[in-house]
Amino acid sequence: MSTKHQDTRRAARAPWDKEVAQSCIRDHLNREGPLLPILHALQAEFGYIDEAAEVLIAGALNITRAEVHGVVTFYHDFRREPAGRHVLKLCRAEACQAAGGDPLAARAEARLGVALGTTTADGSVTLEPVYCLGLCATAPSAMFDGRVVGRLDPARLDALLAEAQK
Amino acid sequence: MTALRLYVPIDAAALAVGAEEVTGAIQSAAARHKVAVEIVRNGSRGLYWLEPMVEVDTPAGRVAYGPVAPGDADGLLTALLGNGAHALRLGPTEEIPWLKRQTRLTFARCGIVDPRSLDDYRAHGGYQGLARAISAGAAKIVEDVIQSGLRGRGGAGFPTGIKWRTVAETDAPQKYIVCNADEGDSGTFADRMIMEGDPFVLIEGMTIAGIAVGATKGYVYIRSEYPHAIVAMEAAIAAARRGGFLGNRIAKSSFTFDMEVRSGAGAYVCGEETSLLDSLEGKRGVVRAKPPLPAHKGLFGRPTVINNVLSFASVPIIMDKGGAFYRDFGMGKSRGTMPIQLAGNVKYAGLFETAFGITLGELVDDIGGGTRSGRPVRAVQVGGPLGAYFPRALFDTPFDYEAFTAREGLIGHGGIVVFDDTVDMAKQARFAMEFCAIESCGKCTPCRVGSIRGVEVIDRIIRNDNRAANSALLEDLCNTLKFGSLCALGGFTPYPVMSALTHFPEDFGAPPRLQAAE
Repeated sequence: MSTKHQDTRRAARAPWDKEVAQSCIRDHLNREGPLLPILHALQAEFGYIDEAAEVLIAGALNITRAEVHGVVTFYHDFRREPAGRHVLKLCRAEACQAAGGDPLAARAEARLGVALGTTTADGSVTLEPVYCLGLCATAPSAMFDGRVVGRLDPARLDALLAEAQK
Repeated sequence: MTALRLYVPIDAAALAVGAEEVTGAIQSAAARHKVAVEIVRNGSRGLYWLEPMVEVDTPAGRVAYGPVAPGDADGLLTALLGNGAHALRLGPTEEIPWLKRQTRLTFARCGIVDPRSLDDYRAHGGYQGLARAISAGAAKIVEDVIQSGLRGRGGAGFPTGIKWRTVAETDAPQKYIVCNADEGDSGTFADRMIMEGDPFVLIEGMTIAGIAVGATKGYVYIRSEYPHAIVAMEAAIAAARRGGFLGNRIAKSSFTFDMEVRSGAGAYVCGEETSLLDSLEGKRGVVRAKPPLPAHKGLFGRPTVINNVLSFASVPIIMDKGGAFYRDFGMGKSRGTMPIQLAGNVKYAGLFETAFGITLGELVDDIGGGTRSGRPVRAVQVGGPLGAYFPRALFDTPFDYEAFTAREGLIGHGGIVVFDDTVDMAKQARFAMEFCAIESCGKCTPCRVGSIRGVEVIDRIIRNDNRAANSALLEDLCNTLKFGSLCALGGFTPYPVMSALTHFPEDFGAPPRLQAAE
């Protein structure tokens, strides 16, 4: 596990490939409790968990596809389809609310014309809520393509949005 | 000429406010001035309103400057090459009053050492606890941890030594040490700071636990929202392995212990220990019914010690200085120190480690300095999203597990989120239910469905639809969650909801509550 397993990086990724997926799965088969490491690896590779991967994983781990599907859909991190070219996560938890996060989230939604949890029509940005980045003493916080941003204010947010829409 | 040694934190929150850019600017400025500088990337001291805080080694000790912007680099370097005078000079770091007032036991090294250097860790007293643990033996370790009075720092406050003894006394071919680093509570960041600023102390604590209970394998389950902590822990584990402190015959003893990092996947409920274990096993993070306790049947059905980062990180000093040393700090049944985290709308936000017993008012008004917005403090939420909202009238509450429980609150993982008088407490109560609905694992109906009904009932109260009847219904619903849920997510969501309704009824359209004269 390393930073490449974080799906918060820039989302330009390889297209789905069964052979590559098999290799991602094989890499982790010797570990105890391999399912989450496998899913992180697949998402790092492709940017999402393709439906076809569920069948491959189920076969490799000798569990049902329903079990794999249950895990994929349980965790907020795992995507069922690729994200936009950029991912902007805005912390929506209490410390950031107290520090003025609510109007910033509303501003981001208005500027991008999308609601939190969705991607702009041109595929440039996925705007997502996140519940705490542990940056509560430098709130409000955001994460842009894996980069942490603290003391967010309208000007810094607008700069991020401009970067995202380039 | 020896290089000027500077420190610029690599802590995620320091990075979030420009520490990387400051480092780059200092390097460029040094090149222009043709001076040699060595920049150590330390953890944060926890004085976050001063981040990025740059320190410089001087013959008289480390001197701090902050908050430094990239544009300050040239002027700062010129000052450092001269007499050190600069508008951002904070004086000797250890003399900064906010830091000097603290009792740093768990965070003794955080912000001081290079988190990537095993040698630096050892030069600052690291692995002395392990040395004593190895010579003392398993039984004595457990005895010392019991004597220290250390209670689980994750929130539940269960005595750590008792948990360890249970695992030690349970026979099994394989046992596990699991560190719960799924620090999901808003307003908390102490685990992240330790993992990024002093990762070896966590490794040492888990290793000691392994010796104490006879476990040879450990896992640190870190939330995916903490990518910097994941990188720091993986690097430290590799360094400890290279240095002979993990693997076979650790520190040349007969003991074996190794560990690895596992990443969570964005599920708040996995901070609950049994769902964390299921998640590690590769399942949905669904809460288990207890018994069996994880100490008897934990990870893969084996006896497992599962503790919070701060619990493990407190063990090396307990082993080094003895259980009595640690126990002598604190009050009542809350022994030792608590790393308290001040967050949200607060002037001096950061990590303040101190003995239990300090009052909430001292923490918020005196140490926190009130709000950053300059408006009056109206409410504080202590203990994360499942903690109660306290009004000023309860600011005399001492920071102590039992004192908070007695006032329908909890200290949880030690986070305090400060709100000013613009806060709408009905909205906060609604958010608590909404968050529970988003994060519920789905096992218990009161949590899974009750949280959704809770949002609807609060909406009706807010729009004055049968307000009295719906307020009574909300209270009833909260009791159902409280007594009908297996874990703290459903069980404690009523705390923020009911405390908001009880202490701030005017925000729900009711007449203000009469406060007792102070």
